[in-house]
Amino acid sequence: MNRRVWRWLIPLSAIPVLALLAYGFRVNPREVPSPLVGRPAAAFTLTTFDGAPLSLEAQRGKVVVVNFWASWCYPACYEEAPVLERNWRRYRDRGVVVIGVDIQDTVEAAQKFIRDFDLTFPNVRDATGKVSVDYGVYGVPETFFVDRQGRIRAKHVGAVTDEVFRRHVDRLLGDTAG
Amino acid sequence: MIPEVGGGAAFAALALAVWGAVAAAVGGRTGRVALVESAQHAALAVFVLVTACFALLTYAFLAFDFSVRYVATNTNLGTPFYYRITGVWGALEGSIILWTWMLALFTLLVILRHRESARELYPWVLTVMLAVIGFFLLVMTVAAPPFERLTPAPANGRGLNPLLEDTGMITHPVALYLGFTGLTVPFAFALAALIAGRVGDAWITMTRRWTIVAWYFLSLGLLIGGWWSYHVLGWGGYWAWDPVENAAFMPWLTATAFLHSVMIQERRRMLKLWNIALVILTFGLTLFGTFLTRSGVIASVHAFTQGTIGILFLSFLAVVLLTALGLLAWRWDALRAQGELDSIVSRESAFLLNNVLLVAATFTVFFGTVFPLLSEAARGVKVSVGAPFFNQVNVPLFLSLVFLMGVGPLIAWRRASPDNLRRNFVLPVAAGVLAAAAFFTLGVRSALALLALALTVFVAGTIAVDVVRATRARLRMGERVLPALGGLLLRHNRRYGGFVVHLGILIITLGVTGSHAWSVQTETTLRRGEAAELAGYRVRFDGLTATEESNHFKVAGTFTVSNGRVVGVLRPAKKFYPQEQSPIAYVDYRLGLKEDVYLVLGDFARDGSQATVKVQVNRLVSWIWIGGLVLTLGTLLAILPERKKAA
Amino acid sequence: MRAGHAAAAALVLAAALLAAPPAWLPAQPPARPVSEQAVHDIAAQLRCVVCQNLSVADSPSEMANQMRAIVRERLQAGESPAEVVQYFVDRYGEWILLSPRRRGFNWLVWLGPVVAVAAGLAIVAVLLWRWTRRARREAASPAAPSVDATMSERIRREMEAEP
Repeated sequence: MNRRVWRWLIPLSAIPVLALLAYGFRVNPREVPSPLVGRPAAAFTLTTFDGAPLSLEAQRGKVVVVNFWASWCYPACYEEAPVLERNWRRYRDRGVVVIGVDIQDTVEAAQKFIRDFDLTFPNVRDATGKVSVDYGVYGVPETFFVDRQGRIRAKHVGAVTDEVFRRHVDRLLGDTAG
Repeated sequence: MIPEVGGGAAFAALALAVWGAVAAAVGGRTGRVALVESAQHAALAVFVLVTACFALLTYAFLAFDFSVRYVATNTNLGTPFYYRITGVWGALEGSIILWTWMLALFTLLVILRHRESARELYPWVLTVMLAVIGFFLLVMTVAAPPFERLTPAPANGRGLNPLLEDTGMITHPVALYLGFTGLTVPFAFALAALIAGRVGDAWITMTRRWTIVAWYFLSLGLLIGGWWSYHVLGWGGYWAWDPVENAAFMPWLTATAFLHSVMIQERRRMLKLWNIALVILTFGLTLFGTFLTRSGVIASVHAFTQGTIGILFLSFLAVVLLTALGLLAWRWDALRAQGELDSIVSRESAFLLNNVLLVAATFTVFFGTVFPLLSEAARGVKVSVGAPFFNQVNVPLFLSLVFLMGVGPLIAWRRASPDNLRRNFVLPVAAGVLAAAAFFTLGVRSALALLALALTVFVAGTIAVDVVRATRARLRMGERVLPALGGLLLRHNRRYGGFVVHLGILIITLGVTGSHAWSVQTETTLRRGEAAELAGYRVRFDGLTATEESNHFKVAGTFTVSNGRVVGVLRPAKKFYPQEQSPIAYVDYRLGLKEDVYLVLGDFARDGSQATVKVQVNRLVSWIWIGGLVLTLGTLLAILPERKKAA
Repeated sequence: MRAGHAAAAALVLAAALLAAPPAWLPAQPPARPVSEQAVHDIAAQLRCVVCQNLSVADSPSEMANQMRAIVRERLQAGESPAEVVQYFVDRYGEWILLSPRRRGFNWLVWLGPVVAVAAGLAIVAVLLWRWTRRARREAASPAAPSVDATMSERIRREMEAEP
């Protein structure tokens, strides 16, 4: 009698495995949480496309939006470029700075990208990939929101929208102002 | 026009497959022959309709019919003729058609071959086959319709994934899918045996050749996949333990286990339960593989897409596993048989151990593949499980299997006497030990490599001992050497086919060992005229050329490779496809029996003054492909119709 | 549209190839000698972040290239291999390791196969012991095992099957 019940464990044993696979639908394998959120943002000094050096340190006291992009990153970078420019113009007087970091790109293509979108916020080039690795960048676009104390407070993977930009930046502005 | 006709044909096929499955089941249950015949006709019609779908889609590709969304996404006006044909199964939707078509073809072959011979099982076999086809047709009509219309039709398409523009892409999926779909046949027979309550040996005898052929195509698919990875992906390796490679490898492991354990059932009427479980597991793993590639649950190079299709596959996997294992539990009493063996030192034991190791290896690969999910579910941390893990854990298992490959075929059935052991194993063991010593004095210091070499020589020794002894016996009967050898192979084709397959595996083992232990590589930036040196080769950079190809822009470096004399001029390149974000590496190589010289172009200065190149000298890799050929010959020998024994 | 952008990019690149000055400069001279093998060994443990399931050592991508350069530089600066690996783990999380560290929950994946093999061997051992019980009993008793006609026929057949 005991054996009769036992045997049904065979089909039942498939259920935990199936459940685990079903759980897989709830996670996105491409989205890896960054261990850097909450930690101080790594310092960097890079050269802008205008030829001037730009360091993150110098922005201390401002809310900094560090955006990693590349000219070949279509469509996401093409979608977010106007968003970044628009919000930069909107927030620049309130102590917010947007820094674009161009990675894995050619100078010409990047310059054309900046011209095409008429970007006025500072854009630097990470030629060696060191800054990308320091920020644990997987791909483009990725955006980091750094607070006035120079701490990474949020990371956004994929194209930034108005909503995403404002939500994070407003929170960081409110943090210290209020 | 094409979208509507194709879509209609798929729908009709789905309806017919469902009808056929139901009719065959009712016919099998009630014994009404007319219903079974109707199911047969349905199967034939399904085959015709799916063939029509396939032909139609191929035509749409050849005719650049961009009103079909699938054509527009996977081809453009620049796609060369051959790749327009292979493009048909280059992405999700088309691969499902190819899969379904093969299933329909196999169903037809099963009908032709077993209509008369498998009376009791036959209706149920038909039911299972048609139900599986029905599922794939459901995917084809609901989740991944290949004939979706794109309005307005664009003037040009996006283009095929450039990595798929390769001859390996013609054959790799075809072979792999033949293996996967072929394994549906033994599964259908096993399930039919369970449903009909005929769990004897009939289904095993009938599916033996099917299983071998499916196993062979799976092996071939894996090897061609390795070759494709080696010469297209440009990372210098052939096996990355990518989840999808694992997904194809797992059913191969369990099918291999099945091919061996079947022999115990044939001889000793044991392991009925185990064999059916292995077949169910194997089929389940093929579905798991398709689920993995098509659900996006686990990130992988091959991942086609994410979306509802994954849920569909998982549901089907659940239905299949629960039904099949439920049937197994239901027939438990009939399957359970007290086994009886004469001795622990016997071929039966060797085969049991072989099964344990193969299934443990399957478990290891499976567990490693899904562990990132488990880690995330249990503690919310993403981890990776990759090549270093799999190599470390599996190598001991595989080396043990190689060892058993030497023991199994020669140790006596039932009970191995000390004399049997001495006669068969003293020489091979000595040869293995000597080989290890010889390689040690030659400077091989890696313990794993020495062990692998010793085992390879040992197993080769057992094969040699057997062949020499059997040929000698025939010589004593007055035959000449070649006819004796030929007669031996043909008359005992199953046994010697198995030996030849083992030889193929040994050769592959040699290639894998060599490439892991002795390959070297370097990466340098060279100015024009400068040369890099590696393992006795000089690689001189002679400049860059840029060419406009039909569907991409290609920058190739010219490198003269010499080792004393000029070996050749290699032109590794980067290909810039308009539809791709980053360039595709195009490797160039000189293959050799001892080593391959393999170049990958890295960054380059645009004026052609300098370039970074990765130079690899990969040792013994060619033997992996040669092993594949030997494996092919062995399989052919093993499936020859058995000769009537001369009186 | 996507194709259009990229095509333009390719054209720009084509033009640049023929005209522009070199954009990449050779690496700086090494500070302390570091063997390529050491770089390779570390890179082989790291997952290339822009690829799927390729190591930084194997990947031909530019990102992997840069990561190898970073490994080389850090070794040249005197860091130990473990420190270099930790540098990447700090930034990318455990995810970047191709082989999970043997600690905590991860023991499961390392011990799973061992347990599987052990369990399999144990089961087979028990079964073999059980299945050979009669044979052992007969071997122990001096009486010759009884072989009936069908059995001897089967033995004959099996002997013939052997070459």
